[in-house]
Amino acid sequence: MSTAIDSTANATLEAANGLFRFATAGSVDDGKSTLVGRLLHDSKSILVDQLESVARTSAERGFGGDAGGLDLALLTDGLRAEREQGITIDVAYRYFSTALRSFILADCPGHVQYTRNMVTGAATADAVIVLIDARNGVLEQTRRHLSVVQLLRVPNVIVAVNKIDLVDYSREVFDDVLAQLAQITKELDLQGVHAIPVSALVGDNVVERSTHTTWYEGPTLLELLETLPSVDDLQRKDDPFRLPVQYVLRPQGGLAPSVADKADELRDYRGYLGQISSGSVSVGDAVELFPGGFKTTVTGISIAERKVDTAIAPQSVAIELADQFDLARGAVIAAEGTLAEPVNNLSGELFWLDPRPLVAGQRLLLKTGTVTSQVIVSAIQGRRNLDTLAIDPAEKLEINDIGHASLRLATAIPIDDYAQNRRSGAFLLIHPQDGATLAAGIHTRQNEFAI
Amino acid sequence: MSNNLNQTIDAEDRLSLLDTLESESIHIIREVVAEFERPVLLFSGGKDSVVVLHLAAKAFFPGKVPFPVLHVDTGHNFPEVIDFRDRTVERLGLKLVVASVQDYIDRGILQERPDGTRNPLQTLPLLDAITEGKYDAVFGGARRDEDKARAKERIISLRDEFGQWDPRNQRPELWNLYNGRHLPGQHVRAFPISNWTELDIWRYIEREGIELPPLYLAHEREVYQREGMWRAVGPVSMPEPHETVETRLVRYRTVGDMSCTGAVESNAVSISDVVIEVAASTLTERGATRADDRISEAAMEDRKKEGYF
Repeated sequence: MSTAIDSTANATLEAANGLFRFATAGSVDDGKSTLVGRLLHDSKSILVDQLESVARTSAERGFGGDAGGLDLALLTDGLRAEREQGITIDVAYRYFSTALRSFILADCPGHVQYTRNMVTGAATADAVIVLIDARNGVLEQTRRHLSVVQLLRVPNVIVAVNKIDLVDYSREVFDDVLAQLAQITKELDLQGVHAIPVSALVGDNVVERSTHTTWYEGPTLLELLETLPSVDDLQRKDDPFRLPVQYVLRPQGGLAPSVADKADELRDYRGYLGQISSGSVSVGDAVELFPGGFKTTVTGISIAERKVDTAIAPQSVAIELADQFDLARGAVIAAEGTLAEPVNNLSGELFWLDPRPLVAGQRLLLKTGTVTSQVIVSAIQGRRNLDTLAIDPAEKLEINDIGHASLRLATAIPIDDYAQNRRSGAFLLIHPQDGATLAAGIHTRQNEFAI
Repeated sequence: MSNNLNQTIDAEDRLSLLDTLESESIHIIREVVAEFERPVLLFSGGKDSVVVLHLAAKAFFPGKVPFPVLHVDTGHNFPEVIDFRDRTVERLGLKLVVASVQDYIDRGILQERPDGTRNPLQTLPLLDAITEGKYDAVFGGARRDEDKARAKERIISLRDEFGQWDPRNQRPELWNLYNGRHLPGQHVRAFPISNWTELDIWRYIEREGIELPPLYLAHEREVYQREGMWRAVGPVSMPEPHETVETRLVRYRTVGDMSCTGAVESNAVSISDVVIEVAASTLTERGATRADDRISEAAMEDRKKEGYF
């Protein structure tokens, strides 16, 4: 183990090309925090004072027995209870960059009672790293994590087969894990899976290629992270344009001082503010509006004071339209002919996150895009068996259950299918009184119920 | 991957890192303004709150920023920063609310601490100002890369009637769907630049040509060494007899109180110089310049639980 405190910031002067978000998931003792610490340490993302603090605490606790050993898990366990108990409680976000990319890492606790944190981390992830202890192989937890990744349509999965040093860098052990994985990915219909033999403690194949695993010819963990396509990279040219309207801007009387002299010009200004959730939009494009189904043309797109001809997801823009409509927050502007049919009844896959169970008949709030609507839970179809992903009959959903329910909405909304559009097919269920976030939901077409 | 990359958008059409971060932050600011009755921005004149204000101005252009700014003035601020604050508020046509720690001390509600630092004294005036202004959402410029406790806080973070943060009972935050529902008396803290790093902030300031208080650039100043930091000589930060005052070329990486913020030696006289310097730095900004965060490993977590930012 390296003991020298000699790391320097690796930040490059050229801004990295883009942003890549990934999450880590693993069971309690898989060494997830150590892997994250190793990734940060070996990519020279740990600054001197952070490393000194880790070295000091490691020494106080006699970590590893030998003087100067570093407990890299201390880099990410941020809350006092976590450091005291040596566990990770909450999602921690870490930031580092290489010459190729900037990364946001959501370090998610793997313990079963904190599954909600994994859903949180995976929902926006471009990739998820699932840790496996090489000595134990694929566990029920692993299957559960991979199921969540599949359901949330994370485009890339990296299985880090950790503690490979503790099985003498055995190719047979790694191949065994690969065989178990192949079976699961087939059953789950999981795409984009990569497996790597690593030792987070020693550093094999995390950033540096290991000399102990000459039989492994694939990329290191960091190499994969630097090259896998992000969700935004995978956007297609023909993805339909969607803009959920956040706010309608009519600044008459409240103009920014820098344009106060343009009051005449801006008298009729009406800008629809929002973040493009999919596709692209250009001045002159034909669009349709929800609600109302009106058709009109885009006459202006701006990002603050900068007028642009075209904008793409996920840019935040102000859109001007050729005709005046009485649109408000919750409206959707979409490429003409592409808007999803507004539905009053919605079937959703729910990740239940609250200690209070879900039962049929409950009245809740649903938030999707910029719309919040009242809903009644019409029926619970069942609970996912995470070993098989089949849906077993269930009367209610308990915390950490994943299941299916049908919801009746007070107002029809044009929600997309999540598999087609991650941003506009997702929703939250919210407690109408105390405001708690009860569930993460994704909209699925009825015929996808049976996998 | 089996995806056919030919069908995806061209590389040059993809957003740069700064554009991606900017877009996310503007989305958050607009969500909060749309969903809350009375937002306010905590504005210290420090670079992070300056960037949040810049993003807010962009989010609502050609309208003006649709909320006031709140400054918790410890009475130990650098005069250059107060001057900058007032000019910025004037330029953007904003309403400024000042909560004064000095006022609380003068009225006997708060007592000066033996160590002279006033940072921990900010919490009460802040919470009172939030209650008096009936603010239900308070924007702050905190970033998750600053501290291990901040790394675990949500972008929209619920606070109880006592302003307390409960790290073990946070709402899960999913996709870009923010849940700001709260009960009367509760409010949320909103952190639009949670995902920015210090270097991102500096690159963005450079790219956008954002004005900052002059302290952030290298200047000559009378300083003395204490606890490994350069402290400015000033009315609330006088050297002890054994401490030697010298004139050095320094700049500040964070702008807090004169009594607890240290300067670093630097030749960075332009924002571009600062970007280069930050990129090569081997100390985190809080570790280098904030005496109050060095006290214990959990210093920030404890202050946040009490309602501090």
